[in-house]
Amino acid sequence: MSYNTDTQEIQETIIHRDDFGSKMGMWLFLFTEILLFGGLFILYAGYRYIYSDGFAAAATELDVLLGTINTIILLTSSLTVVLAIVALQKNNKDLSLFFLWITQACGLIFMINKYFEWGAKFHHGIYPKGPALQNMSEGEAMYFGLYFVMTGLHGLHILVGMGFIGYVMYKIKKDVITATNFQKLENSGLYWHLVDIIWIFLFPLFYLIH
Amino acid sequence: MANGTIAVPPQTAEIDFYNVRGRHKGILSWLLTIDHKRIGILYLGSVVFFFLVAMTIGVFMRLEMLSPGETFMKPQTYNSLFTLHGVIMIFLFIIPAVPAVFGNFFLPIQLGAQDVQFPKLNLLSWYLYIIGGALAIISLFSGGGIMDTGWTFYVPYSIRTTTNVSLSVFAAFVLGFATILTGLNFITTIHRLRCPGMTWFRMPLFAWALYATSWIQVLATPVIGITLVLIILERAFGIGVFDPTIGGDPLLYQHMFWIYSHPAVYIMILPAMGVVSEIIPTFSKKAIFGYVPIAISSLGIALVGYLVWGHHMFSSGISDTSRVIFSLLTFFVALPSGIKVFNWVATLYKGSIDVTAPMLYVLLFIFIFSIGGLTGLALGALNTDLHLTDTYFVVGHFHYVMFGGMGIIFFASLHYWFPKMFGKMYNEKVAKVAAIWIGIGFNTLYFPMFIMGYLGMPRRYYDYLPEFQTYHIIATVGSWILVSGILVMFFNLLQGLRKGRKAPDNPWGGTTLEWTVSSPPPMENFKIIPEVTTGPYDHTHIHGQEDNK
Repeated sequence: MSYNTDTQEIQETIIHRDDFGSKMGMWLFLFTEILLFGGLFILYAGYRYIYSDGFAAAATELDVLLGTINTIILLTSSLTVVLAIVALQKNNKDLSLFFLWITQACGLIFMINKYFEWGAKFHHGIYPKGPALQNMSEGEAMYFGLYFVMTGLHGLHILVGMGFIGYVMYKIKKDVITATNFQKLENSGLYWHLVDIIWIFLFPLFYLIH
Repeated sequence: MANGTIAVPPQTAEIDFYNVRGRHKGILSWLLTIDHKRIGILYLGSVVFFFLVAMTIGVFMRLEMLSPGETFMKPQTYNSLFTLHGVIMIFLFIIPAVPAVFGNFFLPIQLGAQDVQFPKLNLLSWYLYIIGGALAIISLFSGGGIMDTGWTFYVPYSIRTTTNVSLSVFAAFVLGFATILTGLNFITTIHRLRCPGMTWFRMPLFAWALYATSWIQVLATPVIGITLVLIILERAFGIGVFDPTIGGDPLLYQHMFWIYSHPAVYIMILPAMGVVSEIIPTFSKKAIFGYVPIAISSLGIALVGYLVWGHHMFSSGISDTSRVIFSLLTFFVALPSGIKVFNWVATLYKGSIDVTAPMLYVLLFIFIFSIGGLTGLALGALNTDLHLTDTYFVVGHFHYVMFGGMGIIFFASLHYWFPKMFGKMYNEKVAKVAAIWIGIGFNTLYFPMFIMGYLGMPRRYYDYLPEFQTYHIIATVGSWILVSGILVMFFNLLQGLRKGRKAPDNPWGGTTLEWTVSSPPPMENFKIIPEVTTGPYDHTHIHGQEDNK
């Protein structure tokens, strides 16, 4: 912070950069995200135990193929984020931006798939208080309640992650984030991996266990 | 993530941080500040404001309990008032009070740093706190009326009630986010910004307490965050996760709520214990007894505190096995807490004790908190708890540990660090009288609650049987004594602020780093980053005391 006093003006500031501290802060933030979803995973475990039949029946309603495609898309996007960091470290700004564009595209396709997936469910009356859901057993209704909350919250995180990466791309373009100062890119990459990892758990829990 | 910035220190006489002219003038120099000291003062103002509001509500509640039946308010009003009192006191006062005010102001100075690791994030935390507070206030005057669920928002009632639960719960969610960011900031600050020579075991115990607290803030708050979001979703869309009519399990809500909210009581008490560990050596003129056990016991409390949430649910219908385990684990918390109390008392032994106002509050704390702790054992034991749960005994216990613990230590910290924060001294005699006054009022107000609770007076009722009236009258009179004492205390501090004499750099003979800088501290805490060579409570060389002798 630069400041003036009555007697003097001090303008020169030394920017104190602490990449390690910055990364540490990001990791702590990721812990909080894990615990946020952790609460939902506890609920999932509890209700899966209570309503194992209902959960098994409801899981067959989901489209495994669509889920698999989305999983592949997200895994690819995690790879491209890493490649973007390496590219920037090697001072290849354009390549780095190119990989980040692919990451953004993957995020977008994931969300479009989700939109069609949710849309189909809504179309069949499967949504909270929806006509089809009210005819289902309590276990199945609970399954879909959790499904919408958990994948919805995850989708929200995808959007936030895309926002982070968009901001970082802007800063790379402006040469603020560079080959020697790439901590913000790495942090947004960490966030993106977290979103990815959460999906890695959501996918089998909702799509694969019948 | 913003990085910390350090400016080149000025070479002439230092100007304190209130009078330094920064980029912004007037009110903006406060609202846009990223100086940890100014943010601490911002928190102080807001926290005291909310405390006074919730205190006033408490006085009205006690007034209603003066006679059986309707004294001057309807049952619905009473329900709203106890909810408000709880929500404001817990989320807006007790949780942020010591860490956000004194932690922000003193943690960086005690570590020999110029600021916290993420100064901008620090300001953001304050804004989130203020937005949360504002949302809580807006929720009073909008929607279906003031929330009446109690501060625990238990389902299914919180799903059914037509009052404005969603907005209040969202306010609590935002406040939780502010807490998380403060915790994150403090952990990284402690890891990264300790000055040369400041090893982990040379840190002041206040910093150790904040370290343990911050970990709880980071690791427990998200769970309540998601739980509160689920209540909102439940009310808005009826997803059914907690609604028993469509297959949800209300008991799971209670688990989720207490997984956070029990560790949260250690967010409330640990920083206060840290302050006690600062004040006692200063006024005993002696190094603290058992530095390492005190430091480690903070982490111990944080760890064990994670595993005891079930003791809030002994009468909720959880299995006998889990009740026995939770009860046993609850008793374990007494170990690290006991380590602290015994070490404090051992520090006093053969010290040259100077009973100043802050010390008087600390002694009051040890007395009150011991009663609070011992009555906690009666609640932690299964068989007595079934008799005492949901009675005034719980209310009494809660106020003895929370108000008697955190609240009294908040007052102690105010008096201890007032000269450093404002550069002025307050009237010591009035401060001592106020402390004793508060002590008398406190015990008159809350002690009868143990007796009537034991006799069966249920909590959260606006009405009661006539045989409890004597106790209620004593308690209500106690509330008047307590509140007048608190007002005298605040008035005395304000007088000190207005016309107090100038405070020296080190009025108490303190040994930690904040006493080596001027009062109030300069904009840049240290011209040259200090180098530490001894532990924090070395009384052989005390800064600013050489000329007095």
